[in-house]
Amino acid sequence: MQGRFVRLAETGRAQVTIHVDGAPVTALEGDTLMVAILASGRHLRRSEFGDGPRAGFCLMGACQDCWVWTEAGDRLRACTTQPAEGMRISTSQPGATWASLT
Amino acid sequence: MGQPDVIIIGAGPAGVRAAEALVGAGLRPTIIDEGRRAGGQIYRRQPENFRRPYGELYGTEAGRAKALHDGFDALAGRVDYRPETLVWNIADRHVWTAAGGRQQALPFDALLLCTGATDRLMPVKGWDLAGTYSLGGAQVALKAQACAIGRRVAFVGTGPLLYLVAAQYVKAGAGVAAVLDTSPFAARVAALPKLLAQPGVLRDGVALTLALKRAGVALHAGVEPLEVLGDADAGVTGLRFRDGRGRERAIGADAVALGYHLRPETQLADLARCAFAFEPKTRQWLPERDGDGRSSVPGVYLAGDGARILGARSAEATGRLAALAVLADLGLPVDAGELADLRRQVAGYARFAEGLAEAFPWPAAQAGKLPDETVLCRCENVTAGDLRRTVREAGAKEANRAKAFSRVGMGRCQGRYCGQAAAEVVAAEAGVPVEQVGRLRGQAPVKPLPIAIEEDAP
Ligand SMILES: Cc1cc2nc3c(=O)[nH]c(=O)nc-3n(C[C@H](O)[C@H](O)[C@H](O)COP(=O)(O)OP(=O)(O)OC[C@H]3O[C@@H](n4cnc5c(N)ncnc54)[C@H](O)[C@@H]3O)c2cc1C
Repeated sequence: MQGRFVRLAETGRAQVTIHVDGAPVTALEGDTLMVAILASGRHLRRSEFGDGPRAGFCLMGACQDCWVWTEAGDRLRACTTQPAEGMRISTSQPGATWASLT
Repeated sequence: MGQPDVIIIGAGPAGVRAAEALVGAGLRPTIIDEGRRAGGQIYRRQPENFRRPYGELYGTEAGRAKALHDGFDALAGRVDYRPETLVWNIADRHVWTAAGGRQQALPFDALLLCTGATDRLMPVKGWDLAGTYSLGGAQVALKAQACAIGRRVAFVGTGPLLYLVAAQYVKAGAGVAAVLDTSPFAARVAALPKLLAQPGVLRDGVALTLALKRAGVALHAGVEPLEVLGDADAGVTGLRFRDGRGRERAIGADAVALGYHLRPETQLADLARCAFAFEPKTRQWLPERDGDGRSSVPGVYLAGDGARILGARSAEATGRLAALAVLADLGLPVDAGELADLRRQVAGYARFAEGLAEAFPWPAAQAGKLPDETVLCRCENVTAGDLRRTVREAGAKEANRAKAFSRVGMGRCQGRYCGQAAAEVVAAEAGVPVEQVGRLRGQAPVKPLPIAIEEDAP
């Protein structure tokens, strides 16, 4: 699948492998998690209100629309977090029930 | 007397120039910024392992960007710099910070709020589809990550950043579908006398438009955005709008960059209990301040775009000016000639900003026309119709009441992206002036905190 974001330059950086929902994703050192995920994918998470997939909005840590989770359950803001080798990301909150999302 | 505790929040142009002035007077301020690297928005730095030179990143502003970064780097060791640290509350003359899961309360004698701005948004039907980004976000993708937000990007909204970011995309080799400006071209012509307060900036702005035209990008003025087209699976696939002649049209695009100039980040000023006043020209509430940056609260100062949107050059000047006000209030000597010079500069920037507000007005009337099914609050999926119903049925004609009933502004962005449009929707539905609707009160924490957080001894 074609990614949403297009890399225009700075593509010679070292590669880092992370896992997103169990599948390997190749990131570049210095990426944000958001860029790493959207360079090959189409979205970051599903809206908890059932209105479809989301792919972030502000990219500057203000809108909080890019939350993802570590498999241990820690919440991360994908636009301000850097991927690290071996990181395992979940695009839905591990163990979340509907009630705990509000 | 020991050294006074002076805290600066924000390491953009305003905060950096304020810090320099304080260090120059022998003080050791604390500078707190949520970002990884200093520079703020306009002079945002790319990660250390990126190689693009200044000219490529900052264009006509490369010299200023380098000067600001060098100025900040030269302060190393003479300031207490705390990057990646969020200020989430101000209470009892303390600044509450959170960093890496730890929190701290820092006392202050003087506090400079240099918190900058974020995009000002007017919703459009379909803006909740994946692939719609804030205009500033589209620029961050390019500046900080060398990415475009899509293969064919439609730039929609108004303001100087609209043309700037579109031109930066073209220059970087990204696909631009069109630039759709809600402001009529005639407004720009009418604002010329004020825009001439900064002829260089005006010239750079005109050059951007010409560069876009030369690149064959379609530019439309006086448009009314009607709908971001697409579906849940694909995300954005296009945009429907009414052009300046009233004809309905559609274009294809896989991403939309949406922004209507900027709104100041004023939550911290609110928590510090600064008084606010309504500015009719931009239809925004701004913290009150005197000509040098003193807020209504003794010991709290305001500078840069966080106080009022006057642009990057003004941010440098107002940052320094506010620092001089701190020094004067602490009883330290201040050069009267420099004060006068800075005040004169800022007056020129203010005239230019007024021109920009007239040339690229906030399209308030669009709020009343949003179809009921338009998502207004992206966080909680509240529609314009939901909000109108609370106005009609619950009689909620005040911003905070409307929030309590409808949940608009209660979500994770805390009203940053829906608050101003929601106020316009309420005003239109209730038939009252928007200033009567008031503004959403800032609440702590100003951004969501990690759930587990430990307290450090101060
Ligand atoms: C996305 C964006 C892009 C822009 N691009 C341009 C451009 O290309 N050209 C142009 O002329 N103007 C641009 N502007 C306008 C520009 O912001 C200003 O003119 C200039 O950067 C303002 O400087 P400042 O110091 O007031 O604020 P900023 O540069 O925005 O700096 C504010 C700083 O405060 C920090 N901060 C805010 N709140 C907190 C908190 N609670 N805790 C910790 N830190 C906090 C932020 O992280 C930020 O680094 C842009 C604005 C935005 C929002």
